[in-house]
Amino acid sequence: MRLGIRARQRFGEVVHWTVLAVFSILLGFPFYWMFITSFKRGPDLYNLKNNPFIFNQKPTLEHLKLLFNETLFLRWLGNTLFAGIFVVAITLLLALPAAYALARLTGRWGGRVGIAIFLTYLVPPTLLFIPLSRIVAQLGLQDSLWSIIVVYPSFTIPFSIWLLMGFFKSIPRELEDAAMVDGLTRFQAFIKLVIPISVSGILTVVIFTFTLVTQEFVYALTFISSAAHETVGLGVPVFLVRGDVYYWGSLMAACLIASLPIAVLYNSFLDRFIAGFTVGSVK
Amino acid sequence: MSALGRQRWLGPAMFLPAILYVVALVGVPFVLAFFYAVGDVKVGSVGYHFVGLANFKSVLQSPAFLRALRNSFVFTICSQILVLIGANILAIALKNAFPGRRFVRFIILLPWVAPVSIGSIGWKWILDSLYSVINWVLIRMHLANEFNPPMWLGQPTLAMMSVILVHTWHMLPFATVIILAGWTAIPKDIPEAAAVDGARFFRRLFQIELPMMLPIINVAVLFGVIFTFTDMTVVYILTRGGPYDTTQVLPSLAFFTGILGSDLAEGAAISLFLVPVLAVVAWLMLRTAHRAEVT
Repeated sequence: MRLGIRARQRFGEVVHWTVLAVFSILLGFPFYWMFITSFKRGPDLYNLKNNPFIFNQKPTLEHLKLLFNETLFLRWLGNTLFAGIFVVAITLLLALPAAYALARLTGRWGGRVGIAIFLTYLVPPTLLFIPLSRIVAQLGLQDSLWSIIVVYPSFTIPFSIWLLMGFFKSIPRELEDAAMVDGLTRFQAFIKLVIPISVSGILTVVIFTFTLVTQEFVYALTFISSAAHETVGLGVPVFLVRGDVYYWGSLMAACLIASLPIAVLYNSFLDRFIAGFTVGSVK
Repeated sequence: MSALGRQRWLGPAMFLPAILYVVALVGVPFVLAFFYAVGDVKVGSVGYHFVGLANFKSVLQSPAFLRALRNSFVFTICSQILVLIGANILAIALKNAFPGRRFVRFIILLPWVAPVSIGSIGWKWILDSLYSVINWVLIRMHLANEFNPPMWLGQPTLAMMSVILVHTWHMLPFATVIILAGWTAIPKDIPEAAAVDGARFFRRLFQIELPMMLPIINVAVLFGVIFTFTDMTVVYILTRGGPYDTTQVLPSLAFFTGILGSDLAEGAAISLFLVPVLAVVAWLMLRTAHRAEVT
């Protein structure tokens, strides 16, 4: 079939937008569904005769009220924030100096250690959770938010070191050399010079670490057993269900509230995380 | 001490704390997992007796384990094939600028950036036995029987399909953005020269562009395999491994045996079956990293 150039371009456009529309619907639909479920009245929600895609009765805030007044949802958000702040602090404290040392002070050998550290990121929670459950118990941290605060840095530190190493390597060496000629020690140069100009790299690590705290499921499920100590990623899917009863309205409202802010945050930093995954295979 | 001498210990002093932390919470439990698997550790038990390969023997004789082993491979292979096809198509559709691109990218990324446990509970509602919206549509289109609609999570084959599709939904954006990063990095001049020479879209794609993209597609697949093979969240939330253990995968079975069933030793033995696959992936990644170091 021989088509004119114009016709072929038109055809390409149509295919392009069809592909985008189909994928957007497939990938985004659950979030639309969370949204509409959150604001539908119970009788509307559970009437099979109604068209489920639209509001057949006036929207309501009853599910949100139930969620905030009668469940531990706010507590879970607070727990997540609390754990997140500590995990971020531990991660920065350990990963920043380590990344700098491996980028600058250890030569070729540092790159090897960096790769070894990155490989630990590949060891999954589902391989470690059984021994860790005992370690956590021996530390007296079972069923406490501190269990995850201690354990989460074990996977946020490796990826953060990897990201920061790349970042530090892009800073010209002459900058620190000049400062050291001016009488600063190497460590002072790191604190006073390198850290301030690495703010965007540090911010990336903060966001990355924080999103991982909200997304992690397996460790939280293993170590924490009482509802009051859960993070939001575990509390919502596991503890918002009472017995066998699902309060779908409140449940979906909780899902929407818990996922959208994180999604917006993560989205704005995404390109840098991806750079961390693709080091070495993209030039 | 001389400045040079100080330099010498500064490096290790700066990276050792991080490395010790990671060794203590990744290295030690990793070794302990092997140690548990050849012992008789239970929750609350004291002492340790070496039992050799007894745990592995009992695991290998259990039909639930064999099913989980097979499911793990089906789960990983099927979802990764779907992810690979979908992500490549989507990346091509997204690679050039068009009005609204940022918004479309945000929508497409949602399944990856939202917590997976929460995305899965959304799907649990979509696939509900009574109020499934999919069934509502199928019934209106006369593709399903109103009085006996498909039980997406209650019937073994459908449940396995659901678990695979939900995981594909979650992983697709991740692979897409990695492949997209590759598209922006390949040199533009070669495909353009080919276009000038009259090579059509598909010929250009399969003979020039995709081969150039191969290393980065590799990265997407390797991470995808790791994140899929070792995942239990989707299975745990959607089906708890049911009905009758038919959707159990290795990590979830290890969880039910080791943590909920208190048999740490057998749970550890089950999770160790993840190691060979992880080792192969790690080896392949090291090769990629090494090649990048050389060139």
